[in-house]
Amino acid sequence: MHQSRIVITGVGLTSPNGNTLEEYRKNLLDGVARIQMIDMRYIGQVPAGVCDFDPKKYQKRKELRVGTRAGSIAIYSAREAIADSGIDFENYDKSRIGVYVGTTEHGNVETENEVYNISKFDYDTRYWTHHHNPRTVANNPAGEITINMGITGPHYTIGAACAAGNAGLIQALQMLRLGEVDFALAGGVSESIQSFGIFAGFKSQGALGSHPTDVNKTSRPFDKSRNGIVVAEGGCIYTLERLKDAQARGAKILGEIVGYRINSDASDYVLPNPERQAECMRQALAVAGMEASDVDIVNTHATSTPMGDIQEMKAIAEVFDDCPTTYINNTKGYIGHCMGAAGALELAGNLPSFQDSIIHPTINVEELDPECALPNLVINEPLKVDAVKVILNNSFGMLGINSALILKKFED
Amino acid sequence: MTEDQVKQIVIDIITEIAPDEDATGLKAEVNLRDQMDLDSMDFLDIVMELRKQHGIEVPEEDYPKLASLASCAEYLTPKFNAK
Repeated sequence: MHQSRIVITGVGLTSPNGNTLEEYRKNLLDGVARIQMIDMRYIGQVPAGVCDFDPKKYQKRKELRVGTRAGSIAIYSAREAIADSGIDFENYDKSRIGVYVGTTEHGNVETENEVYNISKFDYDTRYWTHHHNPRTVANNPAGEITINMGITGPHYTIGAACAAGNAGLIQALQMLRLGEVDFALAGGVSESIQSFGIFAGFKSQGALGSHPTDVNKTSRPFDKSRNGIVVAEGGCIYTLERLKDAQARGAKILGEIVGYRINSDASDYVLPNPERQAECMRQALAVAGMEASDVDIVNTHATSTPMGDIQEMKAIAEVFDDCPTTYINNTKGYIGHCMGAAGALELAGNLPSFQDSIIHPTINVEELDPECALPNLVINEPLKVDAVKVILNNSFGMLGINSALILKKFED
Repeated sequence: MTEDQVKQIVIDIITEIAPDEDATGLKAEVNLRDQMDLDSMDFLDIVMELRKQHGIEVPEEDYPKLASLASCAEYLTPKFNAK
């Protein structure tokens, strides 16, 4: 079957340490983490990654009142992506645009808020808002993009736990190849820091991170003292097009998606499975027609949990066992775990390396865990290399969903 | 409570639920929807806020009575005064 080449032509994002790719990248190279303590209902102070983009840049106040935080993050990211893509959006056929947004979960925040609301009225459900259902339907963040931007093509979310950012991109690639749409907005979003249940769940699981003195060191993948996840919000939406369409309009091309794979552990609700993770990476390489040694950067999913980081490094060690020029990094030390946005945001953080050949490090490693000590892990300081041409982006999630996306520097 | 006070309560609620709209200078006799960008969900919000903030119930069959500020005042004032 003929497979169209699919390229990325724009990116819009909000992360806890940047509201544009430029600002975000600068902070990744400067080692700037931005985590803060927030007051969480029923729990108290918890570390979290919080975004500070201006939601009123693209939404009216009424939209903000009626919609969701995930919708708002999605709209901001999508609008920024469109602007970055340089497409003549106003005159583009909106029925040919697809919107594919990855989410880890949706509806927890809004449901918790409403239960809290009616608790003030003795749990009388007459006080339950009529906005509840449109806010909590699973397609909400993608649907809010279409309403805000007048897009009439297909939209939905892809529920894929913390592999969702990659899954959004993969869905868009497939729909472009099928000819279902001509232009796609795709990536992932997270509003999870507004849900006490997410924090409480991780805490009960023994997976919520803390640090005795410095909140910005709470998320510390591969450090020996790491003790869990920092939940973060964020969003990253890309514009994707078939190569020939992008070239026809003279678009700048940020990268080409050449390989991808999603597979399942089929083993546990929570615990990762390095064998299946390795298989996922190998299968993505096979789709790309590449050897492991062709990869310049492996962006790890590692979330700063004691077991998860080791398991992923085991998988990487197996796949990249003889690859002296393949470097490994991680982004969660800076911004925490952006859940549904993580895969898309972390890919964006590495994208500029196609141009500047610099690999941002994993940070907050004071004592490297020997069980995570792969030789080419870039630690605490950025690394300048001769060239970066291929990035493999890992994103894994609960229920044993693994995803690997391979992006290549564009060459005609 | 006077009808003017009830009108002000309704204006305050509208200001809350439609923050982008200018609620000053609304004509009392003209339908709210002809003067502002309000949709059916917004009217449900008005009903909810009357319930939450003032303990006033508006049954569904009476929703048309919320069409204008004047009709709101005429319909709601006895309800406020009966509390």
